[in-house]
Amino acid sequence: MTAGILDLQGISRSYSTRQGLFGKKVPVHAVDEVSLSLKEGQTLALVGESGSGKSTTGRIALGLERPNSGYVLFRGTELPATDTPAWRRMRAQMQMIYQDPLAALDRRLSIIDQVREPLDIHDIGSASKRNNKALAMLDAVGLNASHATSLPYQLSGGQRQRAVLARALIMQPALLVCDEPVSALDVSIQAQVVNVLMDLQKELRLSLLFISHDLKVVRQVSQSMAVMYLGRIVEFGETHLLLSNPTHPYTKALVSAVPVAGRRTRERIILKGEPPNPAARPTGCAFHPRCAIARPECVSVCPTFSTLPDGRSVACHAVHTNPPTKEVGS
Amino acid sequence: MANLAGTTPASALTAARSSQPLLTIEGLTVDFSGVQVIRGIDLTVARGESIGIVGESGSGKSVTWLAALGLLPRTATVSGSIRLDGEELRGAAAMRLDRIRGRRVAMIFQDPSSALNPVIRIGRQVGEVLARHQGLSGSSIRAEAKRLFELVGLPDAERRFDAYPHELSGGQNQRVMIATALAGKPDVLVADEPTTALDATIQAQILDLLTTIRRETGMALVLISHDLGVVSETCERIMVMYGGLVVETAPSESIFASPRHPYTQGLLAALPPFEGALRQLVPIEGQVPEPENMPPGCPFAPRCPQRMAVCEVTIPRLAQTEAGGFSACIAGPATEAQKPLSLKTSVLA
Repeated sequence: MTAGILDLQGISRSYSTRQGLFGKKVPVHAVDEVSLSLKEGQTLALVGESGSGKSTTGRIALGLERPNSGYVLFRGTELPATDTPAWRRMRAQMQMIYQDPLAALDRRLSIIDQVREPLDIHDIGSASKRNNKALAMLDAVGLNASHATSLPYQLSGGQRQRAVLARALIMQPALLVCDEPVSALDVSIQAQVVNVLMDLQKELRLSLLFISHDLKVVRQVSQSMAVMYLGRIVEFGETHLLLSNPTHPYTKALVSAVPVAGRRTRERIILKGEPPNPAARPTGCAFHPRCAIARPECVSVCPTFSTLPDGRSVACHAVHTNPPTKEVGS
Repeated sequence: MANLAGTTPASALTAARSSQPLLTIEGLTVDFSGVQVIRGIDLTVARGESIGIVGESGSGKSVTWLAALGLLPRTATVSGSIRLDGEELRGAAAMRLDRIRGRRVAMIFQDPSSALNPVIRIGRQVGEVLARHQGLSGSSIRAEAKRLFELVGLPDAERRFDAYPHELSGGQNQRVMIATALAGKPDVLVADEPTTALDATIQAQILDLLTTIRRETGMALVLISHDLGVVSETCERIMVMYGGLVVETAPSESIFASPRHPYTQGLLAALPPFEGALRQLVPIEGQVPEPENMPPGCPFAPRCPQRMAVCEVTIPRLAQTEAGGFSACIAGPATEAQKPLSLKTSVLA
């Protein structure tokens, strides 16, 4: 197996939740047998709807949650146990940014103090050097000295997200997990943050795990993408291939649901039904109750991955390109 | 339909009436404690029309409609005129507004779970509107509610009548909201970011539903959204708002093909494309102005690449463009519209 900067191997994570106030506990499989690989300096997008397990996968990748089974490898080494000194050392190379920058910032501390804080904690350089480094990082994300002395509430949403980005990048991490980093921003501001992120990625050779539901942004930033549905990956491959020619029925529906400015009439695949409850995962292929091409076997058998000639993996009974078990005469 | 060819006096009258706008807003301004957030809006909604109101946060797109329906708190000062079929709504008595809201003009919001009462069964919440505006009672309420639930595609409509909002998903609750809005058989449905809180595949379902209902009932639809893609695919006419003003309005096809106002052009250039070659996104530099620090001239002037000295002192008025639209720009109409696709393409992959 080619080792990337981040490899997830068959990770699963389940929680137990009660059904109703006094109901018995039922396990919820938030992430189920997920394997992914992110190459150095590249961006891997994780897409899916709410409850698909994409955020949990991001948290597991950083060791913020332990998987019930499976392995997380960072540059080929397994992630040490959480809260150990070894984990902390490794975590300095892996950072995360979230959707809501105001919640991620301390409201009472100035921006420069917050951006400098990781250097203070890890005791890197002299006090004046740290300050200069923090100012240089703020400059790199497009914030000036007057922003540096501001409190979070004095900045706009886009400026706050850039401050969060500066703080995440000041330790010069190799891996950045972005959980819906631009979803809360207006279009004109979103483009500013996307551009800063991509410029810095090139400059710092950052690898990004980019969690998003916005396929337009995913298309812009990522080289490969994984589509998740109810905790499982249903399709994984190069972004431009998946978006221009989706194979899995769920990916097809997601791609066709993207509203495009300036396009009026087109055929949209309207999925029937609601996204199912993770606590009541359908048997077989979890997507079968909403799938237009579901067959009897989809109800009972969970599909395994098949690899297509273009390198993507698809978990769907209807996709058979390497038919090893195809019956004669069927 | 045959009545277009043979114009009997009756159908001629209908045609004349339908050419008159259903809803007219003129010179609408809204002040919150001395700060003007809506600075003079003129717009009309024709019968059966679908109009999309686009703008970033703080542009005033929601406040315009809350003001039109008298839903703003007392701290807001509203002036201008809002007429429904010629009848003035601004300053109308509460009783008269109660007969119009929900009956003639209905509104749905972004978050259906906070718009529905969590402790009342959804059937009763729809029933309340049916009783008030249609005068129904008893079993006819249940039958009509069931019909509405079926119309909005709520599965298992009969059983859902007795469900509470928490038992439904976000998309299903939004369907209940739409059913409630349709219960008064409104002439206009104002939908304020109706799909923003929903997942992509559910958003597609709801937008599809709104379009189908509009075609079937002849109701006009006002769709407020920050998402250019959403309004583009749902609406015939688009209105772009910025800083409490309308900066451009045009038919959907032309506004995306040849945007005239620099702000509209900027929005389209900032949007990641979903088809064709990847290109560097062109952000609009700067920030949306705060209402208390509104520039004296064109609200977009400080961020505008085509800014001239006159833009900083004069608020431009909407002027007709050749494509049947209107743009409020002093510099814009003279220059050739810049298409976002003609921007520098670069291989980012």
